[in-house]
Amino acid sequence: MDAIRGLLRFPLDRLERLLGTVFPAHWNPLFNLGALGFFFYWVITVSGIYIYIFFDTGIHEAYQSIEYMTNEQWYLAGVMRSLHRYASDALIICLLLHMAREFSLGRYRGARWFSWVTGIAAMMLIYMAGISGYWLVWDKLAQYVAIVSTEWLDWLPIFGEPVARNFLAPGSLDNRFFTLMIFLHIAVPLFALAVLWMHLQRVVKPVINPPRGLAAGSFLSMLALSLVLPAVSQGPADLARVPGNVGLDWIYLPLFPLLERLPGSVTWSAAMAVFLILITIPVLPPMKRSAAAVVDLGNCNGCTRCDLDCPYEAIAMVERKDDSPFSMMPQVSASLCVGCGICAGSCPTSMPFRRRADLSPGIDLPDFTMAMLRDEVEAVAKRISGPGRLIVFSCQHGVRASDVKHGSCAAVSLRCIGQLPPSFIDYVLSRDLADGVLLAGCKENDCYNRFGLRWTEDRLAGQRDPHLRARVDRRRLKTVWCGAGGNAWLDAELAAFSQEMASLESLPGKAHAQAPRVKEDAAHG
Amino acid sequence: MADIMRYAGQAVFYVCAAALTGYLSFRPLYQQTHPGLAQIKLSFSHGAQRVEDCRRLTTKEIAALPPSERRPNTCSRERHPVYVEFSIDGELLYSKSLEPAGLSKDGPSRTYQKFLVEAGVHAVTARLRDSGREAGFDYEMEQQLTLAPGQSLAVDFRSEAGGFILK
Ligand code: HEM
Ligand code: SF4
Ligand code: SF4
Repeated sequence: MDAIRGLLRFPLDRLERLLGTVFPAHWNPLFNLGALGFFFYWVITVSGIYIYIFFDTGIHEAYQSIEYMTNEQWYLAGVMRSLHRYASDALIICLLLHMAREFSLGRYRGARWFSWVTGIAAMMLIYMAGISGYWLVWDKLAQYVAIVSTEWLDWLPIFGEPVARNFLAPGSLDNRFFTLMIFLHIAVPLFALAVLWMHLQRVVKPVINPPRGLAAGSFLSMLALSLVLPAVSQGPADLARVPGNVGLDWIYLPLFPLLERLPGSVTWSAAMAVFLILITIPVLPPMKRSAAAVVDLGNCNGCTRCDLDCPYEAIAMVERKDDSPFSMMPQVSASLCVGCGICAGSCPTSMPFRRRADLSPGIDLPDFTMAMLRDEVEAVAKRISGPGRLIVFSCQHGVRASDVKHGSCAAVSLRCIGQLPPSFIDYVLSRDLADGVLLAGCKENDCYNRFGLRWTEDRLAGQRDPHLRARVDRRRLKTVWCGAGGNAWLDAELAAFSQEMASLESLPGKAHAQAPRVKEDAAHG
Repeated sequence: MADIMRYAGQAVFYVCAAALTGYLSFRPLYQQTHPGLAQIKLSFSHGAQRVEDCRRLTTKEIAALPPSERRPNTCSRERHPVYVEFSIDGELLYSKSLEPAGLSKDGPSRTYQKFLVEAGVHAVTARLRDSGREAGFDYEMEQQLTLAPGQSLAVDFRSEAGGFILK
């Protein structure tokens, strides 16, 4: 499984970086695939409503009415028809990429199984909706699609009368069939929308609308395509003839030639196998489940920051029943918690300056505590020497700590960059454990845990609790959002930063060294 | 300047994405069947004759039934299978005994088959028995057909219409 993920990750990573050179990070189409999917869904809805006004149900009328739109009213209905088609194609392209990306990034396990499984359901419905759309045109392609799909369905012993008999010969088909198809073509996408609503139930603050610039670009490109290459029909259906040559929509119908040629037993077993694999992926090995965060009430003051920062809504603030002066306390839902540690990073009691026995924050990861993190920081600090010493805090979803090999640098791996309480940066610099601190994480706007990176930037900028203390010399801090595979980028940044720190060193008056080593308490800067 | 280059880069991306979408939406063309071929579909849905006609029950039989189910007639709804043979130019391409649908075997027997042939003249023979007889056929059709390239011809069956029908 990991090998397949790697195989998908590589080209996607390349494409992400390539697009990153021309798009600002929050416009990168690959970071907005779900939102683009929604955007195209709305384009399809609006264009669909418009062409429905002119559409006649009926064996001859359907084709005629679409010909009218394409030829007589090409400037509006024709364009709408083309938009309807191309936006549907673009939707599938976005969804396939969305799915491949979530899979390649491992975003389908743990609490995310729900989004994964509902995503698969939505995907199947969208395919059904698209395929049913091709029937409505009742041209040669429609005839091909109708016959192949009904013959395929007929392999299952569920319909008494073979449905494909509706297309046996001219005159076999009646108008009611069209009424049924148009009903399906409207009902299935609506049902898909309901499933998509569920899809996002467990996603905190989902990005549903793409940024305006990206939406505008996507819409204009589809509009331009509609004008340059309008969608046209392929001649009226004629049941007295085999469709022969058809211009297939390979985005919706790539499997049709196989459905047509292979026996039903093969295609149905393959379909079932793929379906089962897809929906069981979240529980297939290798399972790596981190322990859920644990609350230590003795150190919790009920400030709610952990609840605000958890990207998985795994924390709920509930009434506190003991005789403490605080009225609320966090409660972790172990089934939603993925063990990212962002809550521990947000807790005001995560203070490395405390004595060892006291370094126990209100909320912490049992298998990677703040005390362990501090021990590790101190251990790696001993390994670096010389001018320009750096400690790198790297997220496990970005460049691996073991890959950080630059001379005077040592790295500590975190569950998420958001696990790092800003006070650790202060700690490293004020205790002179290193000359500079570098944070390395996922790509900008593409945090594995969705908000770890954003919360970190806000904390460093003093816009979100806990703040990075004002006394920290900002020149000694650097962030590199290079993502996994960004090793070369990180190496270059490390080399430059280390050199910069070495030259700072030679200047008189190291700012942070003069900071008094005050005895810290739970209050922070 | 750098900004212009970035926008130009984005434009290139959009053009490529649109071109790919537009292309895959129609091309490459797919050739479903070789242009020189024609297709014959053999498909029908036909209920064979009943295994047993309705008949009067004997007094003994009536007496054997539970009192609430006593009736003068019995009508088993079970049907015979339909046996069908289909040949083109003397070559037997399909022969099958089609079981009636339904748990009590009272529904129609159905089939749906497709055959590809070279365009041109062909002798098509279709035979069917639905009366449970051991040999021979209840319906038979023999036809010389001229099929144009790409033509699709259906051979259906309706006993009310006298047997096999070409569509
Ligand atoms: C049918 C159309 C679909 C639409 C419109 C859609 C849309 C979205 C959106 C808007 C998000 C939130 C993204 C964010 O804010 O970071 C999302 C998340 C997600 N989608 Fe989809 N999606 C679709 C289908 C799928 C499919 C087919 C899969 C895979 C089987 C899938 C897997 C996921 C997963 C795992 C997440 C969770 C991401 C997270 O928790 O970080 N989606 N989707
Ligand atoms: S570890 Fe992450 S997912 Fe779990 S409660 Fe903390 S912030 Fe939420
Ligand atoms: S952030 Fe810490 S102190 Fe605040 S509610 Fe959560 S556990 Fe308690």
